[in-house]
Amino acid sequence: MNAFKNTIRGLFQYPSAVLGITVVLVLLGIAAYALITIPYSEAVRLWRGGEDVWYQNPRYAAPAWFNKFSKVKKPVSFRVNTADGSMTKTVTPASDDIASEEIAYSFDYTYDTPPQEMNLYFTTKFDTKLPFASIIWHTPDGREIKIANMAVDRKTTYRFSQDPRLQKSLKTDQVMSALFMDPNSETPKIVKGTYQLEIIGATFESGSDIDVEFVFHGDLYGLAGTDKYRRDLFLPLLYGTPIALAFGLVAALGTALLTMVIAAIGTWYGGWVDELIQRITEVNLVLPFLGILIMVGTFYSRSIWLMLGITIALGIFGGAIKTYRAIFLQSKEASYIEAARAYGASSSRIIFKYLIPRMVPLLIPTLVSSVPGYVFLEASLAVLGLGDPILPTWGKVINDAFADGALYQGRYYWVLEPAVLLMFTGLGFAMLGFALDRIYNPRLRDM
Amino acid sequence: MSTETLPAPAGSMPAAKKSIANSAFARMAKYTAVRVLTMAVTVTIGVYLTILIANMGGYVDTIMRNEIRDGTTQAILANPNFRNLTPEAKQELIQKKIAAEEARLGLDQPFAIRSMRYLVNGLTLNLGRALHMTSDHGSKEVRLILLERLPATLLMTGTSSLILFFGSIVIALSLSRNYGNWIDKVVIALSPTSSVPPWFYGIFFILIFAAILKVLPFGGLVDSPPPTNSFDYGLSVLKHLILPVVSVIISSVFLSIYNWRTFFLIFSSEDYVEVAKAKGLPPRDVERRYILRPTLPTIITNFALLVITLWTGFTITETVFVWPGLGITLFRAIGAYDTPVIVGSTIIYAYLLAITVFLLDIFYALVDPRVKIGSGSS
Repeated sequence: MNAFKNTIRGLFQYPSAVLGITVVLVLLGIAAYALITIPYSEAVRLWRGGEDVWYQNPRYAAPAWFNKFSKVKKPVSFRVNTADGSMTKTVTPASDDIASEEIAYSFDYTYDTPPQEMNLYFTTKFDTKLPFASIIWHTPDGREIKIANMAVDRKTTYRFSQDPRLQKSLKTDQVMSALFMDPNSETPKIVKGTYQLEIIGATFESGSDIDVEFVFHGDLYGLAGTDKYRRDLFLPLLYGTPIALAFGLVAALGTALLTMVIAAIGTWYGGWVDELIQRITEVNLVLPFLGILIMVGTFYSRSIWLMLGITIALGIFGGAIKTYRAIFLQSKEASYIEAARAYGASSSRIIFKYLIPRMVPLLIPTLVSSVPGYVFLEASLAVLGLGDPILPTWGKVINDAFADGALYQGRYYWVLEPAVLLMFTGLGFAMLGFALDRIYNPRLRDM
Repeated sequence: MSTETLPAPAGSMPAAKKSIANSAFARMAKYTAVRVLTMAVTVTIGVYLTILIANMGGYVDTIMRNEIRDGTTQAILANPNFRNLTPEAKQELIQKKIAAEEARLGLDQPFAIRSMRYLVNGLTLNLGRALHMTSDHGSKEVRLILLERLPATLLMTGTSSLILFFGSIVIALSLSRNYGNWIDKVVIALSPTSSVPPWFYGIFFILIFAAILKVLPFGGLVDSPPPTNSFDYGLSVLKHLILPVVSVIISSVFLSIYNWRTFFLIFSSEDYVEVAKAKGLPPRDVERRYILRPTLPTIITNFALLVITLWTGFTITETVFVWPGLGITLFRAIGAYDTPVIVGSTIIYAYLLAITVFLLDIFYALVDPRVKIGSGSS
């Protein structure tokens, strides 16, 4: 326990270590938060969800905070619904059966470009007689545009841009521009101010009802933006954290521990055991690690846990085994080992109780420093198209973005968000590992 | 190298000198032979393991079968003697031939025997035919597809490894000379950046230099269309080479410098260095003979491990930069599910790794006096 305290005290002498610890702790916090708020199955369902899950989001939306840094303000997406009360609905009964429903939503529009799209999702209740709805658009400069009159079935979707009748009456197929721009201005200019969407509905049965969801697809969305499939990127960024950490930590720990045990066994028994381990290490050196992972990913399964297993299996006989061996060879001759032998300790007791524990301080910096490599390995596999097909990971996001040419098309946020997170993770662990190395290897301390 | 750094007194005992040179040569030859043999065994085992992994799902078998089917079908369709046969008869003939061929190649034999045949095929780079991919000349031979891509990969790996190696050593030496100055501190502070792989820096570099500043190309080997005269062609390749090479270098340079500088520092406090300094030898000589020389073998070992890690990383670096090398071929093969190409690439990579290890071993022998003097051969 004292050693632990000393380590902590030592760490605080290095600003980079404090930074590293902060990053690691923040990441662990995010990971815990992600696992608590979104269950595994839910994350997978959302990530794999199509249009039915994500219809409320625009495609290719940059994060909403972009407006803070941009001169041209772009519209931010939103959605309102009468079912949850975010859009007002007043029902006025006219007779026993007939009622009129007035649904209205006003919003301030202060952006410089028209939105991508506006959609209305009607959900109605009736037995035989379809309810009726007229949609009216009020602009801030006092114009009133009739959008549509229509009977609404149980599930009806109305897309403003795709209504040929509306296009005809507005005399353009750029519906969004027509609705948001000043028709009298010479140069195209957005009319800023309060817009109102008004829906006047009529129901013809008792118990019949209309509910509407108004989905406004701007160019910006949420904290992280969306991708090609309208998915909120916040989900993979958040949920990618525990996956990346799990992969990195388990792989680093598994590899380091197993390597150490094998090196200890080899040096302790010596002879052919040692020789065999050395030869395996040499063969392992020429085995193309990534190539094998790729083969397994292509031929058998892309499950991240299988990849993890293979990573550990191939990593055990890495270059580190030689370093450990050299150190074990020295400590094998130490007098405390001799003492243990003298009292008749068994080989396994000596290996696990005397040889390995002495090495643990040396193991810790290596272990922490090797985490980034594995985190990036997972991302690399995903970028190669071998990421786990069902899990939302950072690498997957980069892969999707690359496949869609995000860099060529200027959608930098899509690549940069996961990239920055990966970078933070990598640097955080690396800085911590670096400082630990200096603490446990006093020779490095004043160099 | 030996005569330069271990000068024997000129003129005196020419016979003894000759015998030392001879025996040094003999030792080198023996060392090389042993290394070649070990490497051959290692590669054989490596390729065999690759085949075992690939064939756990029967994929190598499929590659063989496809090749037989393609070959036989084409041979029969192209043979004028069979032109008069009805399509059914032709099909029957093809099936019969395929069965005979499969029996001849031993596809009906147990796996243990078959795998040996695959091993021989793999070792002789007889990698079969691709399912979908073709080489630039239109061949479907996996070997040709891959070998055609090798020069581009070697250009990139070679350039970046060499710059990395010599650049790091020079900088590390100069830092160890005046350690503690601000450059030194910057390098130490930056060394954690080496935890980030090259392709990752590649993304950022593409973003900055290609997408925003528009001064360097996004990727590829040359401009399109390629320049016709060879000078412009070379210039264009050079321009395309900058970003990938810089990414590779940036991703490992700081850690290498830091490690080696620390190493030089540890060695420069050895007694014999102090003695050399006290003798009044010029600092350059001290550095070259007393610091660099004993540390070089270790540095080369470190560098070998680094290059091996880099080989792995190049697959993705090439993909990110659309560099037409082996890596992107492997990437495309994954996309096209072209199993022969994937297995073939893995085997080629095993060869490349083995060659890298071997070359560095030889280089190691050249700088490690123990190999030549003979106290600790291999």
